[in-house]
Amino acid sequence: MRKIGVFVCHCGINIAGTVDVKAVVDLLKDYPGVAYIQDYKYMCSDPGQNLIKTKIKELNLDGVVVAACSPTLHEATFRGASESVGLNPYRTEIANIREQCSWVHHDKAAATAKAQLIIKAAIEKVKLDEELQPVKVPITRRAMVIGGGIAGIQAALSIANSGYEVVLVERQSSIGGHMAQLSETFPTLDCSQCILTPKMVEVAQHHKIKLLAYATVEDVSGFVGNFKVKIKQKARYVDWDKCTGCGICMEKCPVKVPSEFDEELANRKAIYTPFPQAVPNKPVLDSAHCTYFKTGKCQICKKLCPFDAIDYTQTDTFIEEDVGAIVVATGYELYSLKSLPEYGGGKIVDVIDGLTFERILSASGPYGGIVRRPSDGQVPREVVFIKCVGSRDPENHFPYCSKVCCMYTTKHAMLYKHRVPEGQAYVFYMDVRADGKGYEEFYQRAATEDQVVYLRGKVAKLYRENGKVVVTGIDTLSNRMIEIKADLVVLASAIRPAAGITELAKLLKIGIDQNGFLTEAHPKLRPVESLTAGVYLAGCAQAPRDIPDAVAQAAGAAAMVTTLFARDYLYHEPIIAGVNTDLCSGCGICVGVCPYAARSLNRSKGVVEVNEILCEGCGACVAACPSGAAQQKNLTDEQIHQMIKAILT
Amino acid sequence: MEIGYYPGCTLKTSARNFERTALAVLELLGIKAVELSEWYCCGVNFSQVQDNLMLQLAPLRTLMKARDSGFTRILTLCTMCYNTLRRASLFLQADEERQRIINDFMDRGAASYRGDEVTVIDLLTLFREIGISEIGHKIGRSGIDLKVAPYYGCMLLRPREVAVDDASDPTIMEEVLQSVGCQPVAYPMRIECCGSYQIVNEPAVVWQRTRLIVESARQNGAEVMVVLCPLCHYNLDSVQLEIQRTDSRFQTLPVLYLTQLLALLAGIGEGNDWSLHSVDPRPILKAKGLL
Repeated sequence: MRKIGVFVCHCGINIAGTVDVKAVVDLLKDYPGVAYIQDYKYMCSDPGQNLIKTKIKELNLDGVVVAACSPTLHEATFRGASESVGLNPYRTEIANIREQCSWVHHDKAAATAKAQLIIKAAIEKVKLDEELQPVKVPITRRAMVIGGGIAGIQAALSIANSGYEVVLVERQSSIGGHMAQLSETFPTLDCSQCILTPKMVEVAQHHKIKLLAYATVEDVSGFVGNFKVKIKQKARYVDWDKCTGCGICMEKCPVKVPSEFDEELANRKAIYTPFPQAVPNKPVLDSAHCTYFKTGKCQICKKLCPFDAIDYTQTDTFIEEDVGAIVVATGYELYSLKSLPEYGGGKIVDVIDGLTFERILSASGPYGGIVRRPSDGQVPREVVFIKCVGSRDPENHFPYCSKVCCMYTTKHAMLYKHRVPEGQAYVFYMDVRADGKGYEEFYQRAATEDQVVYLRGKVAKLYRENGKVVVTGIDTLSNRMIEIKADLVVLASAIRPAAGITELAKLLKIGIDQNGFLTEAHPKLRPVESLTAGVYLAGCAQAPRDIPDAVAQAAGAAAMVTTLFARDYLYHEPIIAGVNTDLCSGCGICVGVCPYAARSLNRSKGVVEVNEILCEGCGACVAACPSGAAQQKNLTDEQIHQMIKAILT
Repeated sequence: MEIGYYPGCTLKTSARNFERTALAVLELLGIKAVELSEWYCCGVNFSQVQDNLMLQLAPLRTLMKARDSGFTRILTLCTMCYNTLRRASLFLQADEERQRIINDFMDRGAASYRGDEVTVIDLLTLFREIGISEIGHKIGRSGIDLKVAPYYGCMLLRPREVAVDDASDPTIMEEVLQSVGCQPVAYPMRIECCGSYQIVNEPAVVWQRTRLIVESARQNGAEVMVVLCPLCHYNLDSVQLEIQRTDSRFQTLPVLYLTQLLALLAGIGEGNDWSLHSVDPRPILKAKGLL
């Protein structure tokens, strides 16, 4: 027979106001197994805890019941008190006589009787409680960052600079992301590539960073501290160990393909690097367009390569990496103009999106920084910028604000005026949201110094006529219909999460919100964590954000990773559901119901096995198991039967 | 196939050409449109008032009669009637309280009506059901070098709940025209409003709209315009000669119902009263060998 101490809390009048605590003590003092029973005004106070500790030592108690508030509040407190004097904490149980009794009843006699039953049930549970030890697993102190845009670069550098190894996976052949495409950045107008490329080079040279470019994540297994990630290294058809990046192959390749990096305003070759400052600065061969792959002839690149680096026989290969934490920084793409029939549906050449205009503005872009329009290369004299295209439009497109458009449109209009001072820039807007540091001043500068005309209203329609794009809309401030015969129209189309995010989220078992972005664990207090332990979020994959915010969030995610790595082991609550292998028939029903993927069927042994680190002790498997082989530790069927019996008899 | 047919007032008067040619074309396509034995004015713009339920009585009474005659679907040709009847159905379906009030007001002994018993469809949706290629197959002709500006107007596209195609970029009329061997003209004003009932009190608005729409179609090479709405037809056709009287540079453009063109392509010559047109379409139709 156990020697159980029962400690009944008054909680001031929170409990004692409705439950006759003294009567409860009196009624239970002779209950089987109760070696000691005592009430106290505030059991969670230091004297209250000391009472428990003293009695455990003095009477050699091997079980404790604290009848008090909800276990979510003080279970940890009382278990800690027990543990400090040598009693296994999992033999201390809470009988909740506040939230589940005194607070929900008025009748003192009935509440007193009920409190007594709740405590009896807890006593019965403690009688069968085992001594448990926390589950302990080692941590692989190595991180993976998925996505090599500015957020991924920042996360990788911050983790690597803390001394931990990082595997950076990027699906393009170069890191840099969309930031590498930008001309200047708001609100300071510093050159985007000038501030980005040093960071790209730092990644390339960092001895703690393993860069896997032109590679994708194919499978993720394991759990916090112990992930196994399968990565596909796409065939580059160029042996990067031999290649020096001399560029002869790109120069001589006869095949021209519209450049993704230049938003199809210019061409690249079939063997190419996306842009001259690419990191790694080594080409890949695009087999879908390569003449050799299509016809079996050509091989110019192979013949001319001085280092014999071209290898047409390369195939996709798979790599496995062990990491303890993963940062998802997969970034964004712009909402396709094809999805916007009200703005020409992508069929009007001189109606372009923001990234295309960035390439037009860029000094290293297809027009050398001279503002020209795509249809005929003329310098546009009238340019219309339209904001909230697809954003803030719940009826037709997306309800959310894309956040960066207000400022980049301001920047676009300003840069256009700097390059074409005699030209006219119009901005159609719903609001000007200038909420960052220096942003409002930047907007004021565009509207006053650079004389950008801001028109508050939506564009009703636009169409091509006589080589112009006619934009009709309303200016709600003057309440007039406006018609502008523009040479060029730039649409600030909505920020969308990058393609493939849904599949990746499934692999990582992380959530996606109603707009397709990754879900953070808490919108305010855990903004860089996902709900899956060990998986963190950075940049536009989680929500639209500008460069400073993406960098800040990436550094925050990196800090979470290094905090995790600062520990030697991960500990996990031992209240998990195990398997009684004598009873388990290997039916596998529990495997399907487990929401945490903690259970798996070992086919050779014919039984189910549990990953104790992943099990959260929800009990779904226990309810589903037809043979009773799945049992939750310290919440066994036997314990529950005894608890019910105590209440009913 | 048989389908209930609700004509509406104009189809029996100024839009006779529309009704006669539409029914002939449908017959050719194997559709028998059976006119409702009893029908009322659809209620036009009055029934678009949403806060006075009594103004919904006209369209709903027609729908109830259609149900009582055993129809689950009715076809309308006039796009205003389509819009009105369809919206009245949706308006009633959405709210049980409205159903109660409306049914209380109806004739004693009439079975109550929920709004979803009869589906209202328009001609283009019926065409899509028949199959655009089937229409091309049965009606199309090769060698017709006719540039046609399809004009949608508002009633087929707005509001969203009753739109028969993408409201910003519809393609259905173009598809039909293409399938029968005509050249659809792309022009930006094809979904602009014609000015509608402003013709009564503010005809200047309609003049301005007509000029905008017709000139846009002309500039893009149109030789004839096709419509599906009697009111659009009236506005776009009737004021063109007046515009030309005040400005001789204005070039007129004949306006036909889509079904008039389809009937001619199918070799159905009768059914047209050309005196109902202000801008005479016969010269261009003769030039193209359609008359």
